[in-house]
Amino acid sequence: MRTENQRAWFFVLPVLALVAFNALVPMMTVVNYSVQETFGNNQFFWEGLGWFEQILRSDRFQAALGRQFLFTALILMIEVPLGIIVALSMPRKGIWVPVCLVLMALPMLIPWNVVGSMWNIFTLPKIGLLGYFLNDVLGINYDMTQQPISAWITVIVMDVWHWTSLVVLLCYAGLVSIPDAYYQAAKIDGASNWSVFRYIQLPKMKTVLTIAILLRFMDSFNIYTEPFVLTGGGPGNSTTLLSIDLVKIALGQFDLGPAAAMSLIYFAITLLVSWVFYTLMTKDDAE
Amino acid sequence: MAQIKLSNLKHSYLPSPQGPEDYALKEIDVTWRDGGAYALLGPSGCGKSTLLNIISGLLTPSEGQILFDGRDVTALPPDQRNIAQVFQFPVIYDTMTVGENLAFPLKNRGVDAATINQRVDEIAKMLDVTDMLDTRASGLSPDNKQKISMGRGLVRDDVNAVMFDEPLTVIDPHLKWKLRSKLKELHQQVKATMIYVTHDQTEALTFADEVVVMQEGEVVQIGTPVDLFERPQHTFVGHFIGSPGMNVLPCEAKGDRAIFEGHEVHLEGPVQGTGGNTNLGIRPEYVGFGETGIPAHVTKVSDIGRHYVVSAIVGDTALKVVSEHSAPEPGSQVFLQFKPEQSRVYRDGWIATEERGT
Amino acid sequence: MIELQDATKRVGNVIHIKPTNLTLQTGHFNVLLGATGSGKTSLIKMMAGLDPIASGSVLMDGQDVTRLNTQKRKISLVHQFFVNYPHMTVFENIASPLRVAGMAQSEIDGRVEEAADLLQLRPMLQRRPHELSGGQQQRTALARAIAKESRAVFLDEPLANLDYKLREELREQLPDLFAGRGAVVVYATSEPEEALLLGGRTALMEDGHVTQFGSTADIYRNPENLAAARVFSDPPINVAPINVSDSKARLAGGGDWAVPEMADGNYVVAVRPHRVTPFRTSEADVELTGRVIVTELSGSDSSAHFQHGDEAWVSLAAGVHPYEVGEDHIFYMNPAHCRYFGQDGKRVA
Repeated sequence: MRTENQRAWFFVLPVLALVAFNALVPMMTVVNYSVQETFGNNQFFWEGLGWFEQILRSDRFQAALGRQFLFTALILMIEVPLGIIVALSMPRKGIWVPVCLVLMALPMLIPWNVVGSMWNIFTLPKIGLLGYFLNDVLGINYDMTQQPISAWITVIVMDVWHWTSLVVLLCYAGLVSIPDAYYQAAKIDGASNWSVFRYIQLPKMKTVLTIAILLRFMDSFNIYTEPFVLTGGGPGNSTTLLSIDLVKIALGQFDLGPAAAMSLIYFAITLLVSWVFYTLMTKDDAE
Repeated sequence: MAQIKLSNLKHSYLPSPQGPEDYALKEIDVTWRDGGAYALLGPSGCGKSTLLNIISGLLTPSEGQILFDGRDVTALPPDQRNIAQVFQFPVIYDTMTVGENLAFPLKNRGVDAATINQRVDEIAKMLDVTDMLDTRASGLSPDNKQKISMGRGLVRDDVNAVMFDEPLTVIDPHLKWKLRSKLKELHQQVKATMIYVTHDQTEALTFADEVVVMQEGEVVQIGTPVDLFERPQHTFVGHFIGSPGMNVLPCEAKGDRAIFEGHEVHLEGPVQGTGGNTNLGIRPEYVGFGETGIPAHVTKVSDIGRHYVVSAIVGDTALKVVSEHSAPEPGSQVFLQFKPEQSRVYRDGWIATEERGT
Repeated sequence: MIELQDATKRVGNVIHIKPTNLTLQTGHFNVLLGATGSGKTSLIKMMAGLDPIASGSVLMDGQDVTRLNTQKRKISLVHQFFVNYPHMTVFENIASPLRVAGMAQSEIDGRVEEAADLLQLRPMLQRRPHELSGGQQQRTALARAIAKESRAVFLDEPLANLDYKLREELREQLPDLFAGRGAVVVYATSEPEEALLLGGRTALMEDGHVTQFGSTADIYRNPENLAAARVFSDPPINVAPINVSDSKARLAGGGDWAVPEMADGNYVVAVRPHRVTPFRTSEADVELTGRVIVTELSGSDSSAHFQHGDEAWVSLAAGVHPYEVGEDHIFYMNPAHCRYFGQDGKRVA
């Protein structure tokens, strides 16, 4: 009996090295910080799981986490259905296809901090076009620098504007891959538009939709630049999402230990929720 | 179920067609009786898919009418024609069970639950899928998926016709035969008007009562499988139907004889007309070996199980002979005998001999 | 010549090809016949070096090539799907392997033209693949395989995506095209009829191994087991249980006849549909009365499916024979063409 050829493992080595360099090394630094206390001068003291306990128990963390979940939930609830609707209404043949695709891709090409500044200037009361229009033309009391509710609406609208396209493009790719025969068969079977969506388009979009939801979850859960540039986490702490809070602790207060512990908790939550999403959405396929 | 009549149907994909070459479908006039089994047969690009789309309503013809039981439906969209269609690749609703798939067309039409259950059970029994009614349709094998697609067409009692667009393309050969017989059996049971589109002569001939043979947008012959085999009206039909196809041999016509490579061949009847390009048409099945006859040289013998296919050369012309029981050695000299009642002359492709006794 | 010696293929823990010994000779067509998923393509990929083999070895002309790269094996492969370089003309497509081999331009011209003539591609040499019909595209792929000097040519269901008549024409040319080129030709197909028409030698494949290998016509007439008998299936072979005692076979649905020497007991009889006819073919014919379920008339042949006892039978006869569905008919089975198998599927007589 010939021995197994083990050479294949060598091909995996570069990838393993890359992953180690990219993820494991920085992560170990964070783990290292998270269990120690430092008072500067490179002096470290063993702290154990103290930071983790402190963070998890703190009201500040719990509030930021609550805001983070609320933000992500709202984003997903708006962007996913909206993305599907837009994708369904896009033309599938003809000269308008490239035009629509380019228009859809445009917001995603703008750098994140530019998006934040754009919306900041756009929505400032008195100066910004929208701010002026809402307050002085429509007479709505709107000020995202002062009112938490206005700030929240603005942050969400901005994200919807920036990222719905991603959902649209992924869904569109799923839709165009459905053969004509399916639509013809559905017509012949007397299916309503809703049935066509429910039994043909949605099942065929499922894979891309899973990817879209996962990407949007991870992105929105880790969002930092745009809301930071737009509101700076304010007014007060009202739009201070987890990542903004994390940076405040780490860089603003230079509390490396708690910041590291918080990073790890943050990472664990993202991983856990992603896994739950993925398992739920692919459950049917495994049957 | 309905009688389907295509009246002076023509179609061009160009906005203002000039000559006949601009037409994808040149002219078709045919009546299909209620409950019959029909086939549209021809190579790719012959216009059979165009015709299928016109009947189902996905295309509006440039000229002519489609009548269902005398009612003009030319302008009606597909969903108002009550036509069921089975596609090349099986179309099933992935998220539904087999039973839900079969019930879907009825549910959409607001049929009551009791009737739906009864119809679904009936059809499932006919298709031998009763034991999989509760399984998810997405995991089925291609042949079972195709059965379900057929079932969705047959479950309704208001369909005017069921159309099949090369439905056996993705089916493995050993299952093709089974599914084909199943389809034939179904037709004998439900008596629906069925139209089967294919490039495969065996599928067309075994399925249909009447076959429409098409070539380059033109109907070349409409007839029963026996007509098409026994008396092809055009050399194309002779060649396309039968495996191997009819021998088409250059000849000269003389009264009720043909001169082929200097040998006189008796024909089924006198030859009509003059001029043109004349050919002698005879099927390999009707050429025999004898002690006397046309001398030929055997070049190749294929043993294909049921019979032998012998390739031979007479003068400069190659032809084929099908022999049931025995075959000569390759390289040997033989004498060929042509059955007179199956020997015909074709002029510019079209049949030019008269049938004896008519 | 290609030899497989105890060659196996595994993906993870799943065995795709069980230990296989097979010697394919130069000079005639070697057909791999089996249903989709029986391992034809796997076997070809192993011989071509596209898939690694888990154990055993592959020899070409006596040389062990088990660890040799595909590029160095001097082989050609034609796929079911029309694989051509879209941006190249037909000429360049056919010439591409010759250019890679560094052949002189004058020799390339000669070889491409020779291959193009054989496949009637001469008028299309300057066109690009998308301007060709499916048949012409596949002929281009075949021409590339012919022009290249190969030790082995693998044809993996090359005609599967073509029209029926086109398939028939190309199939007839194929054996002649490769004759005398000194390459081992391996042709995979799932269509039994194709194997018979191509002739040569056939390796029957089932579930990842070769069940029988020999001259195609011989396998058709003398299958070693029931599975092999069922392979040539258009229409499927009739199979029915019989009881043998005192050298006489009896069908449960009625009918008995004398059988070759075998021990008393229960067996299975297999007989091809064209040996069950609506007319008598010999003195020894066994009469089977059956109710007709389905009839098919193909112009040249008539077939009837009928129920005889608990078994469904098929009769196939040349010519036109009218049957009434639902009526009883008498069919005649010629016992000289019956094959007998034990309960385990092994051939008995």
